[in-house]
Amino acid sequence: MRSRSRPTPDGTPRFWEPLAQWLFIVPAATYLLLFFGYPIAKNIVMSFQQYTITTFYTGAAPFVGLRNYSEILSSDLFSKALLTTVLFTAGSILGQFVLGLAFALFFQRSFPLGRVMRSLLLLPWLLPLVASATTWRWMLDADSGVVNGALRDLHLSSGVPWLTGTSQALVSVTLINVWVGIPFNTTILYGGLQDVPTHLYEAAKLDGAGPVTTFRYVTWPLLRPVVSVVLVLDVVYTVKVLDIILTVTGGGPANATETIATQSYELSFQQFEFGRGAAMSTVLIVISLAFALVYLRANRRAQNV
Amino acid sequence: MIGIILLALMLFPVYWMVNASLQPTGNTLRGGWFPTHPDFSGYVTALRDQGRSLVTSLVIALGSVVLSLGLAAPAAYALAQFPIRGTKFVLLGILITQMVPSIVVANALYSAYNDLGLLNSYLGLILADSTAGVPFAIIIMRSFMQSIPREIIEAARVDGAGRLRVFRAVVLPMSVNALITAGLFTFLFAWSDLLFALTLTTTETVRPVTVGIYQYIGAQTDQWNAVMATVVLASVPAAVLLVVAQRHVAAGATSGSLK
Repeated sequence: MRSRSRPTPDGTPRFWEPLAQWLFIVPAATYLLLFFGYPIAKNIVMSFQQYTITTFYTGAAPFVGLRNYSEILSSDLFSKALLTTVLFTAGSILGQFVLGLAFALFFQRSFPLGRVMRSLLLLPWLLPLVASATTWRWMLDADSGVVNGALRDLHLSSGVPWLTGTSQALVSVTLINVWVGIPFNTTILYGGLQDVPTHLYEAAKLDGAGPVTTFRYVTWPLLRPVVSVVLVLDVVYTVKVLDIILTVTGGGPANATETIATQSYELSFQQFEFGRGAAMSTVLIVISLAFALVYLRANRRAQNV
Repeated sequence: MIGIILLALMLFPVYWMVNASLQPTGNTLRGGWFPTHPDFSGYVTALRDQGRSLVTSLVIALGSVVLSLGLAAPAAYALAQFPIRGTKFVLLGILITQMVPSIVVANALYSAYNDLGLLNSYLGLILADSTAGVPFAIIIMRSFMQSIPREIIEAARVDGAGRLRVFRAVVLPMSVNALITAGLFTFLFAWSDLLFALTLTTTETVRPVTVGIYQYIGAQTDQWNAVMATVVLASVPAAVLLVVAQRHVAAGATSGSLK
């Protein structure tokens, strides 16, 4: 804002004005710089250093160039963790978006208790992840879990190794993450559906369009901007999921549920290879940033609609 | 009809959590589908083992609320009402914070905290846990404060009130709802945090309940009812949030993503 021509109401000199305004922002901005800006920078620096447990005693963290990166990228675990991350993310998003949209469409029709049910649906999203992950771990227990118990009662199967089979474990954590993510998707998509003008639905009805046609030619095109924003946020949130995997499987069995995020955590805080953990995190930042750019573009489009 | 069944499936784990917590002590769940004979021994054990952790979590979450709102409220007001040039830039920065994985922050904070002596401290966890709360609170409160009519603020200014006075006496009282919403969410973020609690503590001195649960299951306990009772107790704030702020939660979720 250029200095305004008229004096301010309380008669402070004009050059104080912007300064006084900035004073409101400075505390928060400082905090964000210290707790987001600094970690990102520090993380990138650490990723080029030999930063291990000894660093904390000697203070020495020699620069090793790209060695951390070459070490993590060449390990067998990395390609596996990357693939797991992709599968976990793709599966999660497919599930939570489709089901989230289904719920949003379901709640769009007004019916008694609709609002109460809509807020009840938020519970999975609001519970501490450790709490829900522990509950799921208990439910999916091969011998005493309720899921296998129900399957046995229905004579569908004699017991699925939900958390102990390698491919089943990945499916399980993905399902749990879908369960956590549905409410968020529903809430935002429901908000988007509310913005579709009702006269368009009426017009479609007059033209004799059925529900499927209406959805395809009226709802979906108008929902598109919201959809792209939701999908990108889903990716960004899913890529960094840690709590669920740590609690339910701890990355096992046989590393079947190790993702880039869990790898980064383990390198840093279980093996104390902070340099390599930081390199792994940097890979994570790059993935997130790529999607962040998509998000910003999608968001701009959404606002222009 | 299908919707109702799906919703029941969605909520089943929540029911199961409560059901399991009311079972008698034992290695396996011999109880049935309903807690016909509710047994509170799980809660007794849980409170004995995790009572302190619950208090620790409460202190940290409340601290995070105070810190987050204290930082976010003035910033939200400035971003909503002042014609500052850098507004767009600050908002972009806030958006980017949503993309930063906590593990990145934890990696860097561990060594910084080690030098500063903030490991195993309430303050350290309050500061770290607010990384989720501050950006979120700014976004929520800003979107609300944008709807405060400028005339009201102008009028107060003409009456000779300074900026701070207007903020304190006019803007904050009008924004009580937004403050409550942001406060509840920041509480929940800090309360639910596992990663920072796990990485920035090395001893038992400051142990939030999330770490308590995590260690519980790591110890292969034979007291699942106590574990589940702790899980229920840790979930209480979420349920309270839903009851108290039902209307705000959905609004908060939406405004947090689409400004």
